[in-house]
Amino acid sequence: MNEKVDVLIIGSGASGAAAAWSLADSKMRILCLEQGDWVKPTDYPSNGRDWEARLFSDFAINPNRRARETDYPINDANSPIKVVNFNGVGGSTIMYTAHYPRLKPSDFKVRSLDGVADDWPVDYDTLEPFFAENDRMMGVSGLAGDPGYPFHQPPMPPLPLGKSGQRIGKAMNKLGWHWWPSDSTVATVDYEGRGRCINLGHCTPGCAQGAKASTDITYWPAAIRAGVELRTRCRVREITLDEHGMASGAIYYDAKGEEKFQPAELVIVACNGVGTPRLMLASQSGRFPNGIANSTDLVGRNLMFHPYAYTYGYVDEEMDGNHGPTLCLWSQEFYETDAARDFVRGYTFQINRGMGSIVEAISSTAAGRLPFGADHHAVYRRLLNHRLSLSAICEDLPEAHNRVTLDPVLKDPSGIPAPRIDYTLSDNSRKMMAHGIARATEALKAAGATDISTEAPIMNGGWHLLGTARMGTDPERSVVNGWGRCHDVKNLFIVDGSIWVTSGGVNPTSTIQALSLWIADNIKRRAADGTLFD
Amino acid sequence: MPATPALTAAEARDLRAFAGTMIPASDRYAAPGADDEAIFSEIERSLGRDREDIGLALGRLSLLAGGAFADLPADRRLTVANELRAEGGAPLTALTRVILLCYYRDDRVMRSLGQEPRSPFPLGHVVEQGDWSLLDPVKKRAPFYRR
Repeated sequence: MNEKVDVLIIGSGASGAAAAWSLADSKMRILCLEQGDWVKPTDYPSNGRDWEARLFSDFAINPNRRARETDYPINDANSPIKVVNFNGVGGSTIMYTAHYPRLKPSDFKVRSLDGVADDWPVDYDTLEPFFAENDRMMGVSGLAGDPGYPFHQPPMPPLPLGKSGQRIGKAMNKLGWHWWPSDSTVATVDYEGRGRCINLGHCTPGCAQGAKASTDITYWPAAIRAGVELRTRCRVREITLDEHGMASGAIYYDAKGEEKFQPAELVIVACNGVGTPRLMLASQSGRFPNGIANSTDLVGRNLMFHPYAYTYGYVDEEMDGNHGPTLCLWSQEFYETDAARDFVRGYTFQINRGMGSIVEAISSTAAGRLPFGADHHAVYRRLLNHRLSLSAICEDLPEAHNRVTLDPVLKDPSGIPAPRIDYTLSDNSRKMMAHGIARATEALKAAGATDISTEAPIMNGGWHLLGTARMGTDPERSVVNGWGRCHDVKNLFIVDGSIWVTSGGVNPTSTIQALSLWIADNIKRRAADGTLFD
Repeated sequence: MPATPALTAAEARDLRAFAGTMIPASDRYAAPGADDEAIFSEIERSLGRDREDIGLALGRLSLLAGGAFADLPADRRLTVANELRAEGGAPLTALTRVILLCYYRDDRVMRSLGQEPRSPFPLGHVVEQGDWSLLDPVKKRAPFYRR
C-alpha cells in the first residue's frame, strides 16, 4: 500500500491541473494520478511532413481511432455525436482548439430567465475572479470591450484577423451582426516562458512550439514546483469507501500493470464528463451498489455535448488555409434566447480559418465535390485555401435519457469496463442547428461564398462532455453541492465538466477551470475554518 | 502492434490502378499521378490500421470490375471507380483517404500547388494582422448580453 496523501486528484487535464495548483499553497500532500503520458514537444505532428496524416492515427481526436495504450475505448454506437478527447498530462487541453470563451451571466440562470432546465448554484460574478486568475495562468489572448460579454481584459492582444477574418468581418458588418476576436489560449506575445505563436497551422493536435496553452506547460510546472506529485500511467479502477462512508482512496493499475491502493484523506475526480461517471459507476460497494455517490441514479445522466452545425463555402480569392490557429473570431449575435424563434437558448458562431491540403482533399472527396479523373486537379485548385466556414456551437439542454453507463462487454486494456454513450438530439437542438445553418449561409453569401455545404451535427464533435454529475443544492436532484462536494460522500469532490447544470453555447474549458479554482478555494477555506465536511 | 499484412500482388496492382484513376498525372499542373512509383510506395507503407478496410474495398472493386480492376481499359476504370464511390461506406473512405494522405504530401505535388514542401515547425507561417478598423461598427454597439 502506498503512503497516505492528503489530497488525491484523479486526472491531470484542464480541471485537475487547476485544482492541483490552487491547492498546492495549502501545503497539503497532493498526488495526481494520470492514466496517460507526458507529451514531448517533439511528439507533436507539426514537427513532420506527415502532420496531417497523424490526425488520422496517433493524434486522431477520436480515442477509438487513436487507440493508444493510454486510451480507453468508448461504445458510442448509439450516439450521432462521437466522444473526442485526449488522455495524457494536460488531458484534452493537449488536443483542443484553444478557443476560450467564458459562459455568460445568463447561462447560470436558465430557469429564471427562460423557464427551462435549472439555475446553477453559483453565478458569473462569483466566478469572475477565478476566470481572471485562470486567464492569467493559462495565458489568454483577446480584445477587451466585447459588447457580447461583461468587461474583462485578456492579458495578451488578439490573434490576427488574417484574410479569412477580414472577409467574414466585412460580411458580418454588412448584415449588422456582432463579431469579435476570440479569447484564445494561444500566446500572441512572449508570455511566461511561452514563445508567441508562429502559425504552425491548426493547433488542435497540440503545439510543437508551446504557444498554445495546455495544462502540462501552464499549471503543471507551477504545481510541481510547489510540491504536487504527478504520477503518469496510473489508470484508476475504482474509488474506495471506508466503514464511515467516506472515500478512503483509489485502486489503480500502475505503469507495470500492477494493482495498487492509494489511500487519501480527500479525493478529487477530474476525468471529464465521460471518464468521471465511468469511474464513479465502476466504484461499487455495499453502500453504493450502483456506483459511488449515486444514491439518486443521476451519475451518468444528463450528458450534454454541444451539437455543432458546420457550414462552409468557397470564395474566389485565396484565404489563410491551414496557416494559423483554426479559430480566431466569434459571433454572439444569436446567443441569447429570442422569443421570436422556435427554440430556447442559443449559440455562438465560431469563425474558422481553412484546412490543410490533405484534410481539404479528404473532406471534399467525402462530400462528392472533388471528382476522380482528369478534372480532379482543376477542381482541387479551386477549393484549396478558398474555404470559409462558420460553426454554430449550440446549447444542449440536459435530458436524463442522455447518459453514460458501463458497457457490459467492452473493456480497456486494464480490464476496466468502457463507457457506453446513449444520446439523442433534442427537437430544440435540431431547430437551433437549422437556425444556425440558415444564418451561416446568409453570412457566407454576404462574404461572396458559393458551393455552400453543411455538416450537422459534426459527427466527431463530442469535444465538450458535460452534466453527468450535476451540481445543485437539492441532494435529490443533484450529485454534488454548490461547491463540488458529493452530497453522498463528504470527502469526494468533482471539478470537471460533469458538474455543469446546463451547457451554455460556448467552448467550456475556461469555465471548467474557473469552477475548479473556485472549488479548490472552497476546499482550502473550509478546511481552514473546519467546515469542509459539515 | 502486429505488423500490417502486406497487400497481395493482385491487390497491389488494383490499388495502384485505382490510385491512378482517382488522381491521374497532369502535364498542365506538372503533377504526378497517385500511381507514381514513389507515391504508391508511400501508400503501401501507410495502410496501417486501415489494411482490412482497404482489402474489403479492393475486393468490392474487383467484383464491380468483373475481375482485376487493373486489367480494365482506362475509360472503363473511371466508370467502375465511380460506381464504387457511389456505393460509399467505411472501406471506400479508408481507400480514398490513404491515397490522399500520401499524394498531398509528396514534394512534387506540394510544389505544383505553390506550397512549400516542409513541416510546419519550425518556420511556421505568416498570417496578416488585417484591418482592425473593420471592428469599429461593432465597438459602437451597446452591451447586449443578459444578466
